[in-house]
Order: sequence, then structure tokens, then C-alpha cells
Amino acid sequence: MKSRTIKVDYLARVEGEGGLNIRIKDDKVVDVKLRIFEPPRFFEAFLRDRKYTEPPDITARICGICPVAYQMSSSHALETACGVSVDGVLRKLRRLIYCGEWIESHVLHIYMLHAPDFLGYQDAIEMAKDYPDVVQRGLRLKKIGNDIVTLLGGREIHPINVRLGGFYKVPTNSELKALEEHLEWAVDAALETVRWTGTLPFPDFEQDYEFVSLRHPDEYPFNEGRVVSNKGIDITADQFLDYFEEQHVKHSTSLHSVVKDRGEYLVGPLARYNLNFDKLPSSVQQAAKEAGIAETCNNPFKSIIVRSVETLFACHEALAIVKDYNRPKKPCLEVKPRAATGHWCTEAPRGLLYHHYTIDDDGVIQDARIIAPTSQNQKAVEKDLLGFVQKNLHLSQEDLTWQCEQMVRNYDPCISCSCHFLKLNIERE
Amino acid sequence: MSGNNIDETTLRSRQTLIIGIGNPYRKDDDVGLYVARKVRETGLENIDVVEGVGDGIALLNVWEGASRVIVIDSVISGREPGSVYCFDAINEEIPTDLFTGYSTHSISVVDALELAKVLGKLPQRMILYGIEGNEFSLGVGLSPQVQKTADKLVERIIEECRL
Repeated sequence: MKSRTIKVDYLARVEGEGGLNIRIKDDKVVDVKLRIFEPPRFFEAFLRDRKYTEPPDITARICGICPVAYQMSSSHALETACGVSVDGVLRKLRRLIYCGEWIESHVLHIYMLHAPDFLGYQDAIEMAKDYPDVVQRGLRLKKIGNDIVTLLGGREIHPINVRLGGFYKVPTNSELKALEEHLEWAVDAALETVRWTGTLPFPDFEQDYEFVSLRHPDEYPFNEGRVVSNKGIDITADQFLDYFEEQHVKHSTSLHSVVKDRGEYLVGPLARYNLNFDKLPSSVQQAAKEAGIAETCNNPFKSIIVRSVETLFACHEALAIVKDYNRPKKPCLEVKPRAATGHWCTEAPRGLLYHHYTIDDDGVIQDARIIAPTSQNQKAVEKDLLGFVQKNLHLSQEDLTWQCEQMVRNYDPCISCSCHFLKLNIERE
Repeated sequence: MSGNNIDETTLRSRQTLIIGIGNPYRKDDDVGLYVARKVRETGLENIDVVEGVGDGIALLNVWEGASRVIVIDSVISGREPGSVYCFDAINEEIPTDLFTGYSTHSISVVDALELAKVLGKLPQRMILYGIEGNEFSLGVGLSPQVQKTADKLVERIIEECRL
């Protein structure tokens, strides 16, 4: 009997603390565990008894990479509970700050965390020695994403300018206009990025995923839409918990999400792209096709191309919003509390982010629930690894370990975000 | 100027740039920010102060083009709390494990420095100070030994800037 173990004690180039165990017995993969040992963070518990206006600032602290996503999902969920809908220019500004977050997060992942895998470098610093112009392009592009978040959010990490109903302060026409020339460069740089990622070498590997993302009738989704899948789900956010559930597993402090009675599913760039290709501008669609991905893409390694396609889209969208901007008279709508529950999903760079809040008449939070994209993808990561290792047992231990780490990084997992905890019941006899 | 809104045009037109790095809510991890703040409060001319840069990669943009940069951060190396490390960041090799990154999705000061070296984005002169911390748990305020060192370092930096 021959047995083999692949073990990565500490995953590099991912956010948070996680490791990986894969057990192979007689040329069959018998066990895959993505071990998450990031401590649970109890955000949902300490949101209780706080004021309904606080979640955008508190939940932004869950993540240093996608704080805007937390601000957007929490604001929308609480506005829904209070019967308020933000429209017009303020809605566009929300899309714009989300564009900024997608650009900075995707570009960081493409250039600094993921590309070194494909080109055989330990990290971006090593890669920069041979590809200085490429890395410079990535850094400049990322900075434009940071600049958008800084302008609208007050600072680039953990923005402080987002509130229920809109913003504390909105930019002047000239402040936003100043971004225009940078975004024009960014559109070209993002197109170059799509072309460049299309030239990377990709392992031949596809999976039959259940993709889940938002879908909006008129636009590629950021803040709004129905939750849909390619296997028949088409629901509103308030039905989310009827269709999806989180399960506790022993080897991970991150909960595993599943479609009820069905199993794992995938959120994030690949899911959004596959479910919303028709909503991309034709020039972006064309760029994707030229980079070698069709309207559907089931190869998780090619998510680096899809991220670059979404970056191109975000640059286009940001430029259009900036060109069209006229400063609104008021920076926000008034949001008065009432006893209600609000559910909402938005599209974080890593995928669907669900929030719900129950508040009382005074706006005091009675219950909060947050389901982050990385925890939704945990099971899909493990299934990818199982399928990939089974198919590549002929590889040396070193090569297989490298590619398994690369497989995890396909997801750009944000382990810190995914760590919350099941309610704990202690029964004593 | 101070804070996170970094106006690069302003920075490049000045002479010395002081960058304090740390988390003000993790006790001695605040030491870099503390030193930077104290230097700013002296109101010295020809100095720019940046208290905290949220994104390690942004350091490359912040210091690019500056003639002299002084970076202050806390370190954990096992030495006596309050001990000071001082590196000529342009010419000396800096132990990577001394200044660790706060996030694997971002990069540490030393990584930013390495990347800047590779890409030719280093300032002309750069001094990196590391102050050994004692207490990094949740909370505010520096340990007495760290506070003492920090105040001495503030004086030393002010003196250097006057030269």
C-alpha cells in the first residue's frame, strides 16, 4: 500500500492564516482539508445592541482589502430595513467606489500574488527583476484604484466617508474630473493586462461548477441584482438563507457554505463572468475573447484572465461615471429607523457578500448575520484540489505542492474575512 | 502634512520625509506613529511627515522622488524593549524577519524597499529605525522603556533634520 501526503503548513500570498492537507492512498486522493486556523472574530455578536448607523464603519474593519464591500452590503441591508432606496448620482458614486476597490484588489492579486505562480517566481519582487515594466504597470494601475477609494472614502484602507443613505461628503466636480486622465490611462493599461494574462501558461483543468452571483437586468453587478446560479437558483437576497446554509467543519474556523441539499458552489470573478458576460461592454467582451476565454470559463486557473477582464470593465465604468458626474446637492438621504429586517448582497472582489440585520424601532441591532465570499468558496477550493491532485498524481511532490498552492490562490482567498463562528450551545447533564 | 491623504507633489518639493508606521491601538506598535507625530509637532520647515501608510505598496509612491526619507517602525527581535536598530536602507542588507508585514495581502516595509530597489524607485537616502517593543496587545499607550527611547529618537531626528 502506497500512501503520500501533501502538506503546506502555512499558505503564502493569501490573506489570513491557513494551511492545507491532502492525503493520497493507493493512487487515490482520500482526503483534502483546507485548514483555516485564523481565530474566529465574533463580528456578528458584537454588532448586537449597536446603533443601526454603525455597521458600515464596524464591518469595514473585517477586511483591509475589501472594506468597501462590507460598507456597501451593510448600508444596503439597513436601508432596505428602513425602507430607503439610494438612487441617482449617489448610486453612481457607490458604483464608483466599488470600481476603485475592484481595481485595487484585482490588480494586487493579478500582479503581486498570482502572476508569480504562472511564471515560476517565489514572489513579485523576484518577478520584478525580469518583468520590471509589467510590475510598474500593475503598481500604477493599483494606485488608481486606491485613489478612487481615497477620494470617495476619505482614505484608501478602511474608508470613513460611507454612511447609510450615501456619503458624509461628496467630491466636487473638479475633484472627480482630476481622475479622468488617470482613468483613460488605466483603461489602456487594463487592456494590456488582459492581453498579458492571456499569454500565461495554464494547466488543463476544468470543473463543473455551480456558479452563484448577482445578476442585474441592465448592468454588470456591483451593488444590486437577484442572486442567480447556472443550476436554477434565481432569488432575492431575503431568500438567501432558504437556499444556502453554513456548516461547521472541524478542521476550519471558517464555516463552509453549501446550496441546501446540493453542495458546494462558487462565487467570485469566474461566477460573475459566466453569469453576466452579456452585461459587459462589447469592447470588454472582445478583449476577453482575444485573451482566449469564451463566454463561459470553467478553468479556475484562468480566473487571473477573468480578474483582468473585470479590471478593464471597472476602469471603463469608473471613467463613464467620472465623465458624467454632477455633484449632488445633498451627500446622503435621511434614513430613519423602524423595526424590521433587511437582507442584501453585493459583489465583493472575491464574490457575493451577504448581510442581514434586524433592528428595533429605535434602530438598535437585535441580530446580524454576515456570510463572506471566502467561506462560501471553501468547499469549492477543496473539491478543485481533490480533482486536480487526482489528475496530476504523476507530478513530483514539489511540483504538485506548488500547483496546489497555486490552486488555492486562484481564489484569492481572504481567510481573515471568512472567520466567524457558529453559535455555541453548551449542554450539561 | 500628515495622515493618509498623501499629496505626492507636495512631498517631492520638500527635503526630508518622515514616515511613521504602526497601529495606534496595539500599544508599542504605535511607536513609529508617535515619533512621526512628535516630529511634526515641532513644526520644522522642509520636513514632511506621514503618519501611517495603510498599504505597504503605497510606500513606493510616497517616497519616490524624495531626497531623504526616515522610516520608523516597531520591531520584535528579542532584544531589550526600547533598543533601537538603525539601518542605512539604501546600502545595508536589512533582515527581512525584523520588520514583518501586517498583512499577507499587503507587503512589509522591507518588501517595499526590496521592490523599490528592483524597480529603481528608491529615494536618494533612506534611514530605517526599528524600535524594540514590549507590549503589542490591544490598547493604547507606550511601555515606559519604549516611550523613553521614542523621545530620544525624536530629538535625534530633529537634530539630523536641522543639519
